[in-house]
Amino acid sequence: MIVAATWDVDDLGRAGCELVGAANRLGAALGAEVAFVSLAADGAGAAEAAGTHGAARAFVVLGDHAVSGSEGSVAALAELARELNARAVLLPADEQGGEVAPRLAERLAGTAVTHALAIEAADGRPVWTRPVFGGKALATVMATVEPVVATLRRGAFDPAEETGGSVSIEAREVPAGDGAVELLDSEAPAGGASLEDAAVIVSGGAGLGSAEAFSELEELARLLGGAVGASLAAVDAGWAPPERQVGLTGKAVSPDVYFALGISGASQHLAGIGSAKAVVAVNTDPDAPIFRTARLGAVMDCREFIGALVAELRRSAR
Amino acid sequence: MHAVVLLKQILDWEVPPQRFRIDPETKRPPDGLAPKLLGPFEQNALELALQLKQVGAVERVTALLAGPAGATDVLRKALAVRAEEAVHVEIEATDALDPSQTAALLVAALRRLESVDLVLAGRQAGDWDHGQVGYLVAERLGWPAVGLVWRAELRDGRLHVWRSGASSVEHFAVRLPAVLTVTSHADLRLRMGSVMDLMAANKKEITSWTPAELGLGVEEFAAARRLELGDVRVPELEPQCELVEGEDAADVAARILERLAELKLLERTA
Repeated sequence: MIVAATWDVDDLGRAGCELVGAANRLGAALGAEVAFVSLAADGAGAAEAAGTHGAARAFVVLGDHAVSGSEGSVAALAELARELNARAVLLPADEQGGEVAPRLAERLAGTAVTHALAIEAADGRPVWTRPVFGGKALATVMATVEPVVATLRRGAFDPAEETGGSVSIEAREVPAGDGAVELLDSEAPAGGASLEDAAVIVSGGAGLGSAEAFSELEELARLLGGAVGASLAAVDAGWAPPERQVGLTGKAVSPDVYFALGISGASQHLAGIGSAKAVVAVNTDPDAPIFRTARLGAVMDCREFIGALVAELRRSAR
Repeated sequence: MHAVVLLKQILDWEVPPQRFRIDPETKRPPDGLAPKLLGPFEQNALELALQLKQVGAVERVTALLAGPAGATDVLRKALAVRAEEAVHVEIEATDALDPSQTAALLVAALRRLESVDLVLAGRQAGDWDHGQVGYLVAERLGWPAVGLVWRAELRDGRLHVWRSGASSVEHFAVRLPAVLTVTSHADLRLRMGSVMDLMAANKKEITSWTPAELGLGVEEFAAARRLELGDVRVPELEPQCELVEGEDAADVAARILERLAELKLLERTA
């Protein structure tokens, strides 16, 4: 079996469809069926959708996943992977997936492959492509043991298509933990649309120069109906919280338009925006690597540009 | 409490993409392409350990590294910011370790060290970017792990940690011993050692162990590998950027909005 698992609530979502799509293709190449596992508190909708997108079996895992950090998901997936004799487990390459994959792989005496961008089967063996050196190079890796627990980059895989099939949903429970990790509080930061689902992202980097300049992105995002993102440099400077970071060590995003403002375009940042339809880059340095990726660009001070764009959007909104 | 920080020496991660190369023979960047430095997230992990020591939660900080002989520079750096001890598991420069092998060496060393309560690792080494070693170490020691942490406090015997999840800041209490992986944060920029500390660090002894001394013979070490490296290539980007110019910033902004509307990427509300 090939297992695809997500933490998506309600339905499969874009990222879930990509995971199931990748699992379907890997399953076809290896002659294995696909099982979907929802690790959300209420995952029946996602499990049902997986069934209509090619999964042969679909599971929900009932109970509180969040309270033990990643332990609940690791323990639940370990039981299911053994039961299903999984050859591969595919997870989203997000905060949770990055923590679950190596731990689960170790528990199953397998191996993890993180941030996969492509999967090919060679002689019945999956070959995984992943970014290395902060996205400056791509490497292929093969596992010498099974199962492989892989995290898949959002936007890198074609989503599963509807097959019209349906499955009966099977239920499991989160195994009781030992309480070694206990979630005490989970605080959603005020405001700010989700980066993963935003059609427009205005992202700021070191070129903004100050926290004050960075904060002006909020108004720009509001006017564009988008979300605010940040480069690692902006997060390190304390201008934006870590959950706003876009890049290899932050979020992989897939908006229609990605404004890179005062972002030079380090590879590790570019690794997070490969799925954007168009990048608009504004930077004072004409040689900045961001212009090699951008669709539209302007060589100028990004603070001036932000002010002008805000004024222009306000004017046209009137 | 005794905290051990897992360190790694990596190629300067700021080397620009235009200059980055991979030697097809070794599948690694050629020697001398750029200086080798203490990885950015390892710096954050070390700083977190030092801060815990500053407030009395940690008594002793040990810096632990598995790498070739030249990599001890980063252990000196840790001693210069007053880590109490530095331990080097020495491997051949040509050994390209996979995460499982690195974890095997580190776990063997951690078992040899005295009463370790906390292991701090960077979220991922900025060269091969696996992001696995901290978690593999936790699993092999049977310890709990929390990832992407940027703040920690000791309260009533448990370590309270904060990290950024997918959409919220999460606050956990963790029973010790435990492993944390640490991410970058404005509060975790590694301090500089004083000149005096730097000089003292150069005189300090670094404990050095070979894999064999830790019970990992050549065969066991080879068998610990779980990932084979295929090919490594530098992708080529074909620039297609259309530079927009105008009389002033307002003109440029208006033209960019216009182009985005023409490309059907953005709806104009006007």
